[in-house]
Amino acid sequence: MSDTILETEGLTKEFRGFVAVSDVDLRVRRGTIHGLIGPNGAGKTTCFNLLTKFLQPTRGTIRYDGRDITGKKPAEVARLGLVRSFQISAVFPHLTVLENVRVALQRQRGGSFDFWRSETLLRQYDDRAMALLEDVGIAPYAHLQAGELPYGRKRALEIATTLALDPVMMLLDEPTAGMAHEDVDRIVALVKRVSAGRTVLLVEHNLRVVAGLCDTITVLTRGRVLAEGDYASVSRNPEVIAAYLGTEADKVGVPQHV
Amino acid sequence: MAENLLLQALSGLASASSLFLVAAGLTVIFGVTRIVNFAHGSLYMLGAYLAWTLVTALPRGPLGFWGGVLGAALLVGLIGVLVEVLLLRRIYRAPELFQLLATFGVVLIVQDLALLVWGPQDLLGPRAPGLRGSVEILGLRFPLYDLFLIAVGPAVLGLLLLLFHRTRWGTLVRAATQDREMVGALGVNQRLLFTSVFFLGACLAGLGGALQLPRESVNLHMDLAIIVEAFVVVVVGGLGSLVGAFLAALLIGELHAFGILVFPRITLVLVFLVMAVVLVLRPHGLLGRPPEAPPAGAGGAEPPLRPAPPALRRLGAAALAAAVLLPPFADAYALSVLTEMAIFVLFAASLHFIMGPGGMASFGHAAYFGLGAYAAALLAKWAAAPMAAGLLLAPFAAGLFGLLFGWFCVRLSGVYAAMLTLAFAQIAWSVAFQWVEVTGGDNGILGVWPDAWAADPLAYYYLTLAFCLGATLLLRRVLHAPFGYALRAQRDSPLRAEALGVDAFQVRWLAFSLAALAAGIAGGFFAYAKGSVFPTALSIPRSVDALLMVLLGGVRTLSGPIVGAIAFTGLQEQLMRLVELWRLALGAVIVALVLFFPQGLAGAARAAYERRHGPAGA
Ligand SMILES: Nc1ncnc2c1ncn2[C@@H]1O[C@H](COP(=O)(O)OP(=O)(O)OP(=O)(O)O)[C@@H](O)[C@H]1O
Ligand SMILES: [Mg+2]
Repeated sequence: MSDTILETEGLTKEFRGFVAVSDVDLRVRRGTIHGLIGPNGAGKTTCFNLLTKFLQPTRGTIRYDGRDITGKKPAEVARLGLVRSFQISAVFPHLTVLENVRVALQRQRGGSFDFWRSETLLRQYDDRAMALLEDVGIAPYAHLQAGELPYGRKRALEIATTLALDPVMMLLDEPTAGMAHEDVDRIVALVKRVSAGRTVLLVEHNLRVVAGLCDTITVLTRGRVLAEGDYASVSRNPEVIAAYLGTEADKVGVPQHV
Repeated sequence: MAENLLLQALSGLASASSLFLVAAGLTVIFGVTRIVNFAHGSLYMLGAYLAWTLVTALPRGPLGFWGGVLGAALLVGLIGVLVEVLLLRRIYRAPELFQLLATFGVVLIVQDLALLVWGPQDLLGPRAPGLRGSVEILGLRFPLYDLFLIAVGPAVLGLLLLLFHRTRWGTLVRAATQDREMVGALGVNQRLLFTSVFFLGACLAGLGGALQLPRESVNLHMDLAIIVEAFVVVVVGGLGSLVGAFLAALLIGELHAFGILVFPRITLVLVFLVMAVVLVLRPHGLLGRPPEAPPAGAGGAEPPLRPAPPALRRLGAAALAAAVLLPPFADAYALSVLTEMAIFVLFAASLHFIMGPGGMASFGHAAYFGLGAYAAALLAKWAAAPMAAGLLLAPFAAGLFGLLFGWFCVRLSGVYAAMLTLAFAQIAWSVAFQWVEVTGGDNGILGVWPDAWAADPLAYYYLTLAFCLGATLLLRRVLHAPFGYALRAQRDSPLRAEALGVDAFQVRWLAFSLAALAAGIAGGFFAYAKGSVFPTALSIPRSVDALLMVLLGGVRTLSGPIVGAIAFTGLQEQLMRLVELWRLALGAVIVALVLFFPQGLAGAARAAYERRHGPAGA
């Protein structure tokens, strides 16, 4: 088993001439938490979309777990254990919170084409789903319609749903955006806990979260990789300070993305 | 030979012109209001009737004729304004299928009103003064009037383009076509803009109809005949694109002209095949653009499915008991109505399966009902097979075509999906209608009677009830099974579903095919219940019936289609028996339903129940 789980070569995405991601070579080591940071519009989400095949790259290749996934479909990539969350929270609004997680559980156990309802099967899903909701702290809302959840709880639900797939590698796009302080701490603890035995690629604006979680950090600006390393080295890099932190370099660790 | 081809091409151009007039109005209206106006064909028909009345009433001569034609167009424009102000203005934000249905209600109303005013017989108008004769082209005679029509198409296109590009009003219309919200933000009187656009579109339809006066007789079938073609033209050209509509009209006009020469038996199929091919290659038509926001399914906000509450279960059990215990005391007529109800419950439930939980729009669900019916009937006719074989083949045939057509349809969404399902249904209908040797064409297939053991109406009723109700309950069960969750998940958020590894396309495709299969079961039982099958089994009105049942009951509840099918069948039966102008009544019911009862009967009942008991099941 190789040390690198995800590797891109010359990954590039152009939108009608505008280069959103340019020649990115990314290497994510197995079992680490890897941060992807950068100012607004740097191309982080576009990168995620490329990696999970929601966008087709203009150029470049993506290798995941030893195989080339450049030509695969999103659902196929997900079934290989590479699972993402969305920046703009995406839940199934007309299903209950519990059902949201259950859809992921049944998929993970290969049941999406199961036309027959077996009560034992469903109950088994429900138990596991409740445990996951417990984990992210929204168990009391299990029977609410997911669309009615406040924003921060939707994000928590998304993480629970992602976890339900028992992914080999998780891609989390700003998991704590819009959350209250204590919820952020909960999610940080959760990500830390579930990262055992998995790889996590994390986009975050909250540098406190990044500093606390990430083993390696890649800084992206205008679609290009600007720097890479651990938090200490990256946050000292003058180019990063100039591009990302601007004049408020002294406030490293505090800036909060709005 | 070459001369013949040229004449054929010219007459194709002449038909293309009138087609363009209608399609232009349709596409302009769609561009601005996002409404697919089914009643546009009715406006065309009214144009022809009003022109007949005016031209025959006014003094003979050029002034009377052309004055009559233009007067008719303007009158139709005013009728269009009436429709817009009274009906459409209230449903601009409703789901597409509601809009299609509402305008179909107008179609029904206009049909009966026209019948009342002008009577059932075909009306012949006078020739156009000054354009009566014909010219000689390469030694062959070609009607002068057709030559005039050929010029009308490009002339109208030119005038419209001038109007849209050289006037302030036209600029606003173009802006609204691109971005509806922006116009509101500009502080433009949006209502006035929409109404005036509708006036223009209706005028064009009326003019198209009026100009047909010297070419063909005026009759009550003009509306549906032209609207289906106009849909094809507008969709092929790209919804909202005027130039696209012109190109598509030429294409379809010529296709008709030459199709007659090359494939006289399948001219109708040809048109829809071309549309299907265009939509598959270019999902938004030749010159169309993708819609701004992916349109949601027909459902709108929908509560999660919950197990039926005790009250509903008791009600269901009581209804079932009645359905089983009472029929022995019913007379033959009541039995036939009950059998039909059982069949339509399944038909409606199968459509609801894809519309509600699946979030897909279908305007051609009758295709699978009719294919099931024809499969059973053809087997009985050509292989003298026993009834059981026919009933077994029906779902297979329908399911197979569901797989085939569905593979194309489930890729599209919103209006385009509705139009593609409609196109496939029309292909099926055309084959049944034109392939006379096999299907008997308009005369249908007769003598499809149940075997001796089920010949007694009561026995056949129980057989139908068992299978149709059984299949309905199975569909319901599937919705509560993992597949049902996957289906609703992809409807709610296709991206999220994909990210979880749910292949949204496959789920939709399978659901579509399953619904087709279920409709096929219903169709098979329908064939043996009636003892015959006609092309109407797969026609547009039949598809609309299914939609009405679903919407009457309510899209958002599982019991909706059941309630809707029973209510609709009962209602239609009574209307047809008691009311002379049943189309008028049905149309009025549809319009009222869309305006005042958008969540349907079961939806309203559920809302009332929840007000008293808190959230309840479906
Ligand atoms: N589908 C698209 N079409 C055109 N341009 C796009 C598209 N998606 C993204 N872009 C552009 O690509 C650039 C990168 O966007 P992206 O969403 O990847 O940034 P980001 O790093 O995730 O920013 P944020 O921190 O705000 O989430 C932006 O300038 C954006 O406008
Ligand atoms: Mg982003």
